[in-house]
This record gives sequence, structure tokens and C-alpha cells, in this order.
Amino acid sequence: MITVRTAITASPLTNPSAQPLQELNTIAEIPKEEYILKCTSACAGCSDSLALRYVLKAAGADTVLVVPACCTSVIQGIYPNTAFNVPVYNIAFGAAAACASGMSNAFRAAGKKTNVIVYAGDGGTLDIGIQAMSGAFERGTDFLYVCYDNEAYGNTGMQRSSGTPLGAKTTTTPTGKTDAKKDIDAIIAAHNPPYQATACAAYPQDIFKKVQKALTFRGPTFLHILAPCPPGWRYSTEKSVEMGKLAVKTGMWVLYEREYGKLTISPQSKAAMRKPLPLEDYLAPQGRFKGIDSKTVEILKQRLAKNLVKLAAEEAEP
Amino acid sequence: MKKIATGNKAVAEAVRQVVPGVVAAYPITPQTEIVEQIAEFVSSGELKSRYIAVESEHSAMAACIGASITGTRTFTATSSHGLLYMHEMTNWAAGARLPIVMANVNRSLGPGWNIWAEHTDAMQERDTGWLQVYVSSVQEAYDATLMAFRIAEHNDVLLPVMVNLDGFTLSHIMQPLETVEPGDFIPPLHLAHAIDVKNPAGYGGLTGPDQQFRFRWDIERSLRDSVKVIEATEKEFVKRFGRKYGFTEDYCCEDADVVVVSMGTLGKEAEVAVDLLRKDGIKAGSMRLRWFRPFPKLNLKGKQVVVIDRDYSFGRGGILATEIMAQTKEEIFSVIAGLGGQEVTYDDIADFVRNRRIGEEFWFGVSTRV
Repeated sequence: MITVRTAITASPLTNPSAQPLQELNTIAEIPKEEYILKCTSACAGCSDSLALRYVLKAAGADTVLVVPACCTSVIQGIYPNTAFNVPVYNIAFGAAAACASGMSNAFRAAGKKTNVIVYAGDGGTLDIGIQAMSGAFERGTDFLYVCYDNEAYGNTGMQRSSGTPLGAKTTTTPTGKTDAKKDIDAIIAAHNPPYQATACAAYPQDIFKKVQKALTFRGPTFLHILAPCPPGWRYSTEKSVEMGKLAVKTGMWVLYEREYGKLTISPQSKAAMRKPLPLEDYLAPQGRFKGIDSKTVEILKQRLAKNLVKLAAEEAEP
Repeated sequence: MKKIATGNKAVAEAVRQVVPGVVAAYPITPQTEIVEQIAEFVSSGELKSRYIAVESEHSAMAACIGASITGTRTFTATSSHGLLYMHEMTNWAAGARLPIVMANVNRSLGPGWNIWAEHTDAMQERDTGWLQVYVSSVQEAYDATLMAFRIAEHNDVLLPVMVNLDGFTLSHIMQPLETVEPGDFIPPLHLAHAIDVKNPAGYGGLTGPDQQFRFRWDIERSLRDSVKVIEATEKEFVKRFGRKYGFTEDYCCEDADVVVVSMGTLGKEAEVAVDLLRKDGIKAGSMRLRWFRPFPKLNLKGKQVVVIDRDYSFGRGGILATEIMAQTKEEIFSVIAGLGGQEVTYDDIADFVRNRRIGEEFWFGVSTRV
């Protein structure tokens, strides 16, 4: 991994106003404050709202969420009610990072330290929002961009996005997607942000810690959260956490952090990489992979293995 | 202070004086000089603003929206394809009731690539909820930009304002400019619905069929209310700075038998045409429309009307002509002239009047010579 310091990291390296990091041993140590109240219109078993709950617990009250069109635009509830207890600015599909860019600059110009957090789906990040996001990262915008990834356009009824994995059925890939998932993390890495990480909704403590850490940096930071989706992935609603854990334990999804370009694989994935579960354990319970042919499974396995080798090699770099 | 400036520099000078907290912009000919000048002001420290060099016009407007909702004064400038590229966000800005001010340097739309003056770009924004003013001189570009901030930020308006100036024929033409000290003519912005982390609220979330129309009506109500705010602002402007503006600039209209209605720089040519026609004993007048949104009540009763459109709605007609026909019973002669920077002289305009065929449409340079 080449770590060229850009203008982003030439500014003071960390945010002096940030809260000191808490070392968490148990979930009971996570703050009691709730910013997602108990009246969202999320689907049963929704892991987007689960992940957001911990993102906001880590960020605290001095936070504005910028939300493009996505499931999170819907789960807030219907005007005049909202289930979210931080200011939420809803914005058009491709515009979240640009809107956050203006907001962050305005807050900083006014001397305010308010966290500006984009909370966007995979469609709004990997597809329609990628230009605005790339621009905001290149300009060194002081914000956290969270992409919660349910690997399709969930809000509109599960059409394929560039985040949909190879072989997965969606309403626009009825026989399974023939293209691979876009590697958005590599694209973000190419912008040399001071901090980027992956997470999974099944590991809320990990989300909490990574958000807290991301907010200590000045400049653009990125968190990519895998968010299992019962209606989209076609599994029963009580299995969201199990699906997330299987994604990590099979190595299909790897948890890591990249701080100033230096990769550290998170303990959960380290453990999984020593003896990954067979990929079939992850694919079989999901309706979206029903009837997937063995050749496609083989390609998925090869890519998974290649990715694990690549990440292990990057981590081993001095 | 008296100086010589282009239309673009005049806009930039007004922006420097009102000190927006955030300017987010993307270059496009013939607007670029505005944002280059502002970037220069920011980098030299003359203007204490944050200049965000965004990667597209869509992002320029999105960034202005994000900045504006914090209660920060914002400005951007664009033209032609840039304006069309941000169209989704111009709707958002008005719907979100944000007092963003934007200069639009009117330019033709492709294909082909044509960088010269035409009004079709801004006309395609007419239903967005933005206020639109069209100017005809360097001085007016400056004055209108100053007034745009006061009008947009007024509590009875809280809608974005677009200041339109013709590409090249005004953006790049040098004329005398007298600047003023705006002082409390531009009071600090107090945005009642600004984001407040101590009082969290949701903005622009799901809104049902039982509510959405109320927000749409609110935009219209404010556009109607903006009429008196514009009048009061222009009245205050003449009182403080001595230059008088209105919804239209009328020249020899009172006793006229025939009135030329136009917008932008062609309106100044029309005044010269009126002088020529009057020498020939034709009682002509010129009415230059300044505010296109809100669209004013025009006093054209009993006059023959020649409308010059530097724009067109395909399948219907000249857009200004169509708007006027919707308002008045007087029949008009609709002239389509100046598209893509087509040269239109005051002699041409005098000819339009002399050879008018009321009730017909005439494409200058295409239709049989009148």
C-alpha cells in the first residue's frame, strides 16, 4: 500500500477537540443515550437501523446526519414525525457528500465542531453518489462518510447495484448478477483519507469503536458497513446478526481499518482468517443465492481467497 | 467608488461586499470570471469566505444547500449546461426554502457547442420556485446582485434568487460601475429553520399526500409575497444609493402605440430602436422585463405588442411571448431573435416594429424577411 500524504493529511493529523477514545470491554459500556427512537418504520430484522443506532451512540448529540435517498430516508418516519433524535438533512440521491461538504465548511467557518456524518446506502455511494463522494474526499472535507451496504437498492425493492455480489439474484438480475461487486474500499483508499474502515451490523461494538476513532481525525473518513437485509437477501427476519457473522466468519466480508494507509485487520476477521467457514454456510441460507451454479460459487471462493491473501500481505507490509 | 468593470466582475464585487460564508462553484464559460474573481478575493484575504471548488454544478448547488441550512449566506454562479446539470438541486434549494443567491450568465444549450447569449437556460428553471431577475448593464448586474441577497434572505421570501446576465454581451463587456457601501442594507442572515443540534429536527423527510401540497403552496405564497419585498427593496435602494429599478424598465411607453417587450441586453438595444422609430414618427416604446419570476402584471392595454424572445419552447412558442399572451388580451407579434448569440442590432429591432404582423410568429434570420 503506497501511502502518499496528500493535502488531507498535511493538515493537523488529528482533531484536537475529539472525545478521548473509550476502551470497551462489553456492550454494557456503550452509552445509554438513544438517538434512534422506538418508532422507526424499518422492516423487521433491519440491520441498517441497528448499525445506525451504534453510529449515533458513538457520535453523540453534536452531530448532523446527511442522508441521500436510501432505506434510511424511509425509516425516519413520515412528516411531521421523526424517529431520529439528531438533526437529519435529507438530500437528493447523488448529492449527499457534496451537501455534507457545504455543511462541514459552514460549521467550521462558524467555529463549530459539529460532526457531519453522511449515512448512505450502497446505491447512493457506489453508484449515483460516487462522483460527489470522490470530490468531497479529494477536497479534504472534514466529515465521516458511512456507507451501509445491503448490496442492492433496498428502498425500491431490491434492484441490483454495483455493490451486489456476483451470483446474487435481485429484481433486475433475476438469474443472478453476472458482474463482481465494485471494490469501493479500494477506490476510497486511492483518495488517501486519514482513516477508513469496514464493519458489519452484526458487530455493534466494532462499529461503535470505529466511528469514535473516525471522528478523532480531521479530514474525510470512511466507514463501510455490511448490512444484511432480510427481504432483500431472502432469509427470515431473526437471522440478520447470524448472516452478518457468517459473512465475516467465511471471509466473504473482512473487518479492517486503514489508518494513514496502514492496514490493520480487526480481531474478528483475524480469527476467521485462521480457519474460515466454508462459503456455502453463508450462501445457503440466503434466497438470493438459491440455485447459484457451482462455477459461480467457485469464482466467488477464488476471489475471496485472493482477497484474504491480498489483505494479509498488505497488513504484513512494514 | 467609480471604476470600470465587466458584468462578471461587477457581480463578483457585490458578492465580496456581502461576505457569504460559503461560495461553492464550478467553472463554465462565460461565467468563469465571476468565480475566478471570488477565488482571488478569498485567496488574497479580501473576502473571508470558504471557497469550495466542487467537482460539478450538481455538487455546487448541493454544497450551497448544505451550507445554507446551517444559516450561512451562500453564493454560486453558473451558466447554460451548468445550470441544467444542477436542475435537480435548484428544485431542492427552493423546496428547502434556502436563500441562496446565484448568478447565471445566460448561454445557449448544446448541441452544438455554442457559448453565446440565450435565455433558454434560465427559462428551463422557471418552475423551480427561484426568483429570477434579468439585467442589462454592468451597473445593474452589481445592483441586482446586492438586492438579491436582501430579497432572498427576507423572512417573507426565503427563496433562492437567480441574477441573469447575458453571456459576453454583458458578462464580458466593460462599462462604468459605481460601487456603494451596502452597510445595513444587507442585514445579517437569520435563518429561522437553520439546523440546531440542541433542537434536533428532520428536514425533507418522507411527506405524504396529505401534506406535500401544503409545502408547494407555501412556495407560491412566498413568491406572491416577494412582490412587495422586491418593491420595498428597490425603494430602499433608490433612497440610499440613488438608482431606481422596478419590475420593468419602461422607455417612452406612456403614449406609445406599439411597445417592444424584451429582456436583458436586447432591452437596451430596443431603447435605441425606439428613438429611431420616433424620429420616423412611429410612436414606439420599450418595456424591458426585469423580473421574470415573480412575473409582474404588465400594463399593455390598448398597445400593439412586439415581444422579442431570446429563448424558445419547442412546440409552443417564444416563452416570454407565451407568458404575456396568458396575461393580456392584446395580440402580439412574437419575434424569436438572438438565439445562440445571433446578432440583433437596434436597426433590426426597429425593423421588427415597422414590419410587425400582429398575431404571427417571426424567426429572425429564418422566416421571410419582414
